[in-house]
Amino acid sequence: MSTPTPTIAPRFAPPARAAPSSRETKIAVDGLDFYYGRAQALHNISVEIPERLVMAFIGPSGCGKTTFLRTLNRMNDVIPGTRVEGNVLIDGQDIYAPGADVVELRRKVGMVFQKSNPFPKSIFDNVAYGLKINRVTSSRSELQARVEEALIDAALWNEVKDRLKTSALSLSGGQQQRLCIARALAIRPKVILMDEPASALDPIATSKIEELIFDLKKQYTIVIVTHNMQQAARVSDLTAFFLLGKLIEVNTTEKLFTAPDEKLTEDYVTGRFG
Amino acid sequence: MRRLRYRKIVSQVMLILTALCALMAIATLIVILGYIIVGGLRSISWDFLVNNPKPIGEPHSGIANAIIGTLILVGLGSLIGMPVGIFAGLYLAEFGQNKLGFALRFFIDTLIGVPSIVIGVFVWTVMVRPMGHFSAWAGATALGIMMMPIVARTTEEMIRLVPQSLREAALALGAPVWRVSLGVVLRAAAPGVATGAMLAIARVAGETAPLLFTALALNYLSTDLNQPMASLTFQIYYYAGSPYDEWHAQAWAATLVLMTLILSINIAVRFLTRKKF
Repeated sequence: MSTPTPTIAPRFAPPARAAPSSRETKIAVDGLDFYYGRAQALHNISVEIPERLVMAFIGPSGCGKTTFLRTLNRMNDVIPGTRVEGNVLIDGQDIYAPGADVVELRRKVGMVFQKSNPFPKSIFDNVAYGLKINRVTSSRSELQARVEEALIDAALWNEVKDRLKTSALSLSGGQQQRLCIARALAIRPKVILMDEPASALDPIATSKIEELIFDLKKQYTIVIVTHNMQQAARVSDLTAFFLLGKLIEVNTTEKLFTAPDEKLTEDYVTGRFG
Repeated sequence: MRRLRYRKIVSQVMLILTALCALMAIATLIVILGYIIVGGLRSISWDFLVNNPKPIGEPHSGIANAIIGTLILVGLGSLIGMPVGIFAGLYLAEFGQNKLGFALRFFIDTLIGVPSIVIGVFVWTVMVRPMGHFSAWAGATALGIMMMPIVARTTEEMIRLVPQSLREAALALGAPVWRVSLGVVLRAAAPGVATGAMLAIARVAGETAPLLFTALALNYLSTDLNQPMASLTFQIYYYAGSPYDEWHAQAWAATLVLMTLILSINIAVRFLTRKKF
């Protein structure tokens, strides 16, 4: 295995070239360093993510892809002793600026976790939770309509429409994960972060989630962390390759997997290490 | 072959030994319960439950005042001790990973270990003496102080069991921290917290010492919180220490009533907080 030296300057394809068509930049990260206590987990990450497409983060375990994903909705704030330097702009606003509203940010940037984590409530209440706490809906019927819409968008409605009042924990693993996606969709975020959403699922459930991602990118900007390179190749438009806390390469998915600019990327995607 | 047989024998011996120890542990409970049930049933009657105490020798004496008194004292004590205990536990579990948290945890553990008679004397000093008389308020306060640390610690333990992923799920939906703590974490821990609260109730409902100096006793039914108040434990203590056989029998019956009361509170809460989801 080749080890990247600190002298490797992060080189990325500019988003205009990376994106299939010219789009607005949704997320712009510049010079991001991240620390767990004294240990630096991310080194000088800079990347731009255009709106309404899917960007996949790939890389071996512990390379910082999940950590980076969680900086985008400040989910790392809940871990004591963490520290961020650099800028993360979403829609042009610095989300780490003093006075930035983290609650407002997380409404805009939804998240789906690796392990499905429905609340121990009914299916309906799970999807309604975000709507209720954010006081999105003003009437019972509006709430029901939004819950139904979210479940339809998450391709779960047909399976659960007759048992909305039953426990979310009675659903299968794949259904639970789609419920978590529905829960995130219900408050209509702009961006959806997915942290290995299919890693605990069987192939059929995985393909359902992947189809879903494909549909969702019409409306949402999606950032997905995945272990699985085939999955990244299937669902994403852009792919970023991380190694040891550094962003090695960002490219269109096709180019990154067939003719990457970096030797390290090529070694990884061809299975020479990782 | 011989080694195998030897190992099997050792395994059997140990199994029997542990089973015997388990039996011994519950045997005490069964013997106690048996005594109380046999002794209590002999002298319990409907009159006993609905009448107030009568002078020795007079028939149809009862402990209605003590039953009501215990319910009021424990209920009021819960109102005082539980909210403080639950919120203290929530604080310790969710935000107590700092020096203040460690200090609080130490003091709460110390408070759990304070003998109940000391708490009775303390409440006597700060409430009974300034007020000039025993009162139900003082009794309930003493019980509340006893419940507080127990509830705080069990609540903390239960909240720690709530997986971090549940907090993150709620936070990621734009929930403010206080809503996550109250609406998601505390609710997910509710069955455990209720069980802890029940333990606390069961624990203090059986206390006599903190009431000796605070609520004292009263020979008739009263719901005046500014007056002394009867309680089952005090009644048992008083009757059992008397020289009269009739009162001894009543002490047994009162013990049975107390046990039944605590048991039914336990069952009721188990039923109410059983897992819905």
